[in-house]
Amino acid sequence: MVDVTHGGPISGGTASGAAPAFEVGEPDLYHPRSWVTKYVFSQDAKVIAIQYGLTAMAIGLVALVLSWLMRMQLAFPGLLPFIDADHYYQFITMHGMIMVVYLLTALFLGGFGNYLIPLMLGARDMMFPYLNMLSYWIYLAAVLLLVAGFFVPGGPTGAGWTLYPPQAILANTPGQSWGIVVMLASLMLFIIGFTMGGLNYVVTVLQGRTRGLTLMRMPLTIWGIFTATVMALLAFPALFVGAVMMLFDRLLGTSFFMPAIVVTGEQAPYGGGSPILFQHLFWFFGHPEVYIVALPAFGIVSDLISTHARKNIFGYRMMVWAIVGIGALSFVVWAHHMYVSGMNPGFGFFFATTTLIIAIPTALKVYNWVLTLWRGDIHFTVPMLFALGFIVTFINGGLTGLFLGNVVVDVPLSDTMFVVAHFHMVMGVAPILVIFGAIYHWYPKITGRMLDTTLGKIHFWMTFLGAYLIFFPMHYLGLLGVPRRYFEMGETAFVPASAATLNVFITITALVVGATQMLFLFNLAWSLRHGREAGGNPWRATTLEWQTPETPPAHGNWGAERPVVYRWAYDYSVPGAPQDFLPQNDPGPDLASSGETVAEGVR
Amino acid sequence: MPIAIVLGLVVVGSVLFHFLSPWWFTPIASNWGYIDDTINITFWITGAVFAAVVLFMAYCLLRFRHKPGRRAAYEPENRRLESWLAIGTAVGVAAMLAPGLVVWAHFIRVPAGATSVEVVGQQWQWAYRLPGKDGRLGAADTREVNDTNPLGIDPNDPNGRDDVIVQGGELHLPVGKPVALLLRSLDVVHDFFVPEFRAKMDMIPGSVTYYWLTPTRTGSFEVLCAELCGVGHPYMRGTVVVEAEADYQAWLAQQQTFEQMQAPAQTGALN
Amino acid sequence: MSVILLFLVGILAIAFGWLWRQGILTKPWLEVGVAGPAAPPDRSPARGARVGLAVFLAVVGSLFALSASAYLMRAGLGDWEAVRMPGIVWVNTGVLALSSIALETARLAARRDDIEGVRAGVRAGALTALLFLAGQWLAWRQLRAEGYFLAGNPATAFFYLLTGLHGLHVAGGLAVLGRVAWRMERGAGIARLRLGVDLCATYWHALLLIWLVLLGLLANWVGDFVAICRQLLT
Repeated sequence: MVDVTHGGPISGGTASGAAPAFEVGEPDLYHPRSWVTKYVFSQDAKVIAIQYGLTAMAIGLVALVLSWLMRMQLAFPGLLPFIDADHYYQFITMHGMIMVVYLLTALFLGGFGNYLIPLMLGARDMMFPYLNMLSYWIYLAAVLLLVAGFFVPGGPTGAGWTLYPPQAILANTPGQSWGIVVMLASLMLFIIGFTMGGLNYVVTVLQGRTRGLTLMRMPLTIWGIFTATVMALLAFPALFVGAVMMLFDRLLGTSFFMPAIVVTGEQAPYGGGSPILFQHLFWFFGHPEVYIVALPAFGIVSDLISTHARKNIFGYRMMVWAIVGIGALSFVVWAHHMYVSGMNPGFGFFFATTTLIIAIPTALKVYNWVLTLWRGDIHFTVPMLFALGFIVTFINGGLTGLFLGNVVVDVPLSDTMFVVAHFHMVMGVAPILVIFGAIYHWYPKITGRMLDTTLGKIHFWMTFLGAYLIFFPMHYLGLLGVPRRYFEMGETAFVPASAATLNVFITITALVVGATQMLFLFNLAWSLRHGREAGGNPWRATTLEWQTPETPPAHGNWGAERPVVYRWAYDYSVPGAPQDFLPQNDPGPDLASSGETVAEGVR
Repeated sequence: MPIAIVLGLVVVGSVLFHFLSPWWFTPIASNWGYIDDTINITFWITGAVFAAVVLFMAYCLLRFRHKPGRRAAYEPENRRLESWLAIGTAVGVAAMLAPGLVVWAHFIRVPAGATSVEVVGQQWQWAYRLPGKDGRLGAADTREVNDTNPLGIDPNDPNGRDDVIVQGGELHLPVGKPVALLLRSLDVVHDFFVPEFRAKMDMIPGSVTYYWLTPTRTGSFEVLCAELCGVGHPYMRGTVVVEAEADYQAWLAQQQTFEQMQAPAQTGALN
Repeated sequence: MSVILLFLVGILAIAFGWLWRQGILTKPWLEVGVAGPAAPPDRSPARGARVGLAVFLAVVGSLFALSASAYLMRAGLGDWEAVRMPGIVWVNTGVLALSSIALETARLAARRDDIEGVRAGVRAGALTALLFLAGQWLAWRQLRAEGYFLAGNPATAFFYLLTGLHGLHVAGGLAVLGRVAWRMERGAGIARLRLGVDLCATYWHALLLIWLVLLGLLANWVGDFVAICRQLLT
């Protein structure tokens, strides 16, 4: 692989007629001088993306094992003697926090964001590569600190991923001495690291787009990641402030969140704080967080469906407006997590209304995905299968969101297994199916080889059907009234014996689905060497990342000249065109004849 | 291709499961049948949407699957179709939201005749306080809690003297009478939840939250804590007994008042 | 949460205005060819850095807006006793304003290619910022001497928290300014200093603005203002 950008000076050099204004003043690329700066302390967004991805998947495996352990406890209480109540609560807390923050957020924004933003925008790299590198290493430190929670005295915190005070810092919660401090410190580190990365993603989208790439020509993947990043930058400070204040309460004896309380018969040395204040701060971050995970998934799935159905995404403008609208609205719905929290009950009217309004743009997105299939030319590739699986699980999870968002319906269902089933379906299973689909889709670009299709299909069927079988019936336990976060149900009058049978079924399915993921990991490793050669554009896709002169893209991405964009990202099956796709940097038959320089990478 | 069939089966299976599963609401024991009605409306609307969209998708997958020579249509958007879909969705959403808000307005307004009963949560047990003969609860503050005053009743408030205190026992409620549950916690966030009553609300240390209900059916119901409150959370259980007025009065007469509770401490001080 | 919502409305207004100008209503499938404005937008690294700083300031703004929201929410509960501000805080405010002015003169000097002016401005700015931090430290000591400890009551805890967060941001800015100053003292030309001075000046103005808002909160002007508005409305 020849690294063309290493040698000659690009910036300030004489640019060709195609893009005069652009090559002038382009930021200098950093040039790695050793193996360490190329692959370890790398400032290349593509390497950073893979580092983010692998780290997130590694910590995700930990969370997967934790979910197995807690499912074992729920189905077969006491079978594994080392799981006591303390451990159980530590497992659910770590599982939730890892999955939401350290896996999903990091993988979508740090992983796919880093890989796709520069490539899809025709940029050579992120705007601030050094900051980008720092972002990953701080993220890694945050992950290691989080894992350190398992080894500190008392173990990790068991306060639930919501970390509600006063419980989180009191003695009757596991991990009260060290675990909670480690957790809060790790979250703060994560936020600092994320801010560094997030600045990069935003500024690169604003400033790094290549010539001709107007906003409305960007693929929806970029729209999703961009909007999610903006939201994350504005929402994470809420968690940061909450974490700082709780650390003060825990370590310095302040009472931000601590009212006067009695612990084991003694008056505790606190007074005057407000536990609800933490909940507001937490959910001011927590709800946008749902969309921080969902919007990149929305964007990616749009591109997967469009590419593999060989059809332009239906209603592109509506899709963009919906992403932006959902992003904006998601900041005024946070208290729908707090309908039964004891806040002013009058707020319920406002938040129920905003929450159900947000369902409209979301529903429009779903319709548009399905309408993209209508009169398409649908190829059932593995990425497409995962995208279709996403639509089903997302519709299901989105519709149960209408139950929980409608304030009075939430009253009996909140804090039951219905909630657990809902959020796993909508922000666990659905985005993870997108992540899988995206990996099957972009792996050929990242490695130059295809993932194995047969293994991929087995992986899809087991994961999709298994996950549906786990979480669909779980809703009905919630309707029955089975609460979440119970170490064991014991004898409870209203819970019939059949519920235990269902729990056994769910646990066995979960074990199988979890084990299937090993197949996926095997596929990732095996195909790296033995996969079919992919070529530059195996899916015959239009977006820029498939038009790089080399696969995998070299350092600097674009060879001597950045591509010029002539069209939007969805010119599939254009009537009259010789092929069923026109790459974004393809000037088309009419322009090519007029003597305009055709950019590199057109095939 | 198989995916189209499987998606159809997912819809059919989900609907069948919904109707055949043995797991459903517990038989209701309060006036909050409205909440069940709202849930049922939501089930019908969302169920129809789920079935329609997924079945339509399955049809598309079947009808427009790739065959040699097939080419997709080029259709960037269809404003009219999108507008109608938006309007239809808005109508469906409004049909769920409107009854929800009406019931919520009902839920948060305690009727004038409701009796107040205080529920106090602490790790990991429930205590209750009922008004005595004067029909009023005395003021309370967590800072007042001590060995002889486990609920922190203000000793200087005359209204509190005859308050009935039930610690660790069952709560009895008269059937057919609206009751306002005033919720207080001494340590962490708890949540007083009786599945048969449908209602629940967190109890926040440092403030008093509430909800109200009218028990409609006699019987004995299990109380659960519905907000993670430490390792003992799953064991924080209790019992509510709903019974006829006469039985309720008989039970009430046997309970200890705050004054009686403090009496041994005072005699101790005299010696 | 009113402060953060107000802040977000501002951000949203900017975002939507920008999206509008970028043609969010256009139908991209109808336009083939090299589209976009006739004059290509400024894509220089300096512009990138300025945009980056603007985005970062939005994040910082969000952090402080949320802290202010938390403060107001807690202050709205019944038993609130506002903290008695140590007198030195007013002096510090003046010093921070001077620091901001000094950096602004440095920025203007950089535009005029006046290296002496840049030197004077940067030195004065850095010195006054250090003085501000020292002054804030004295304010903390004064509070402690009067018996207002961190864990004493919620208002004092918030005072330490908000001033501490703000002080940390000033310290972070000083670190960057320190780099610029170091380069300057080693004889770097004006071309190499211009961007750094420019960014520092913007950052300083933002921190001054944030400080004034925090001061208004801590001195309870905002509370009084809200009370007056409420009286006018009812």
